[in-house]
Amino acid sequence: MKCTICREKASIQMRQHRLAMCQGHFLDWIPDQTNRFIEKYQMFTQQDRVLVAVSGGKDSLSLWDVLWRSGYQADGLYIDLGIDGGFGYSSQSRRLTEQFASNRGLQLHVVGIEDQYGSSIPGLAERNQRGRGKPCSVCGLSKRHIMNQIARDLGYTVLATGHNLDDEVAVLFGNTLEWKVDALRRQSPVLQEMPGFARKVKPFCRLYERETAAYALMRGIVYIYEECPFSVGSKSLYYKELLNRLENDRPGAKLVYYLSFLRARENDLLIEPQPGPEMPLHLCPSCRQPTPIDGDCAFCRMIRKTASDIEAHSG
Amino acid sequence: MGVKLIVRDQENEVKAGMALMHALEKINLLPEMYLAVREGNILTEDEILNDGDIIKLVAVISGG
Repeated sequence: MKCTICREKASIQMRQHRLAMCQGHFLDWIPDQTNRFIEKYQMFTQQDRVLVAVSGGKDSLSLWDVLWRSGYQADGLYIDLGIDGGFGYSSQSRRLTEQFASNRGLQLHVVGIEDQYGSSIPGLAERNQRGRGKPCSVCGLSKRHIMNQIARDLGYTVLATGHNLDDEVAVLFGNTLEWKVDALRRQSPVLQEMPGFARKVKPFCRLYERETAAYALMRGIVYIYEECPFSVGSKSLYYKELLNRLENDRPGAKLVYYLSFLRARENDLLIEPQPGPEMPLHLCPSCRQPTPIDGDCAFCRMIRKTASDIEAHSG
Repeated sequence: MGVKLIVRDQENEVKAGMALMHALEKINLLPEMYLAVREGNILTEDEILNDGDIIKLVAVISGG
């Protein structure tokens, strides 16, 4: 197979675009596409200070690499979740992220959940109702809280995550199956800033996971290959596999699904806009982040409960 | 001699002379979910595999 642009030997075929590319052209194409989406969805400009949430995985490190090469003011935030899984999942991903940042001279902020809040993610999950069974819900709540807190405290206008198209269609598929209208309404390449919340953007939302992985490999980005031990058997991995079966038989199906959803959402074809006032937000007295209820936010309540639990058991 | 296809710590063997796409089908893997790497280079699905090739299959799907 030959590169569509230069007719040299191709390294990757993208059947959904009817394109094949050699390594050199693919390494230019990914940043070009990313910048096109950043502009199209008005995610940010060169004047914005962007905080990239990095996990040590292929998507977030590739995104940070692309933003850095494109000249954006992009710093990283790594949250050490304290997950071991028998192979040092968090310590390995932290080391790879720090190595990535130091090789490129980039600024990385690191927040250690255990150092800062007294317990790792599995520890928090054990001590709270929210995490019974799997700690994914506790992990999501903690990451959202910390990302927003750091962005706000350090003056970043935009928070970027490495979600790719496969992530987006897996979420879309799950929400469509259960017809979760509120969740569908919130799913977007950009979540605009609100008082107390930074703008959240997903510059890779139209790139297939296969493409972000190929970019990382071709660029020589060393990322954590092992899965989070708690993601094994997750619904989202199951949906991704189902959707890839569909893609295999009908190239472009994932992209069409996502773009049709965005179009329907934009044109109010799918979801009736909800009239009425926005729910009033209160300020959490502990962390000063907005929260829908009066008093401490869900994250601060969880941390307080964990601290008193630890104290009760140690005394 | 054949062709070795390595996925994580699992080794599979197929006959030389077939295209990567068919080799993946043979071992029940979806091409969408893997990148095939031979001597550091990513291969397209029409690439013919040669006797003695060692192909690393990198899983591209992640996340929970």
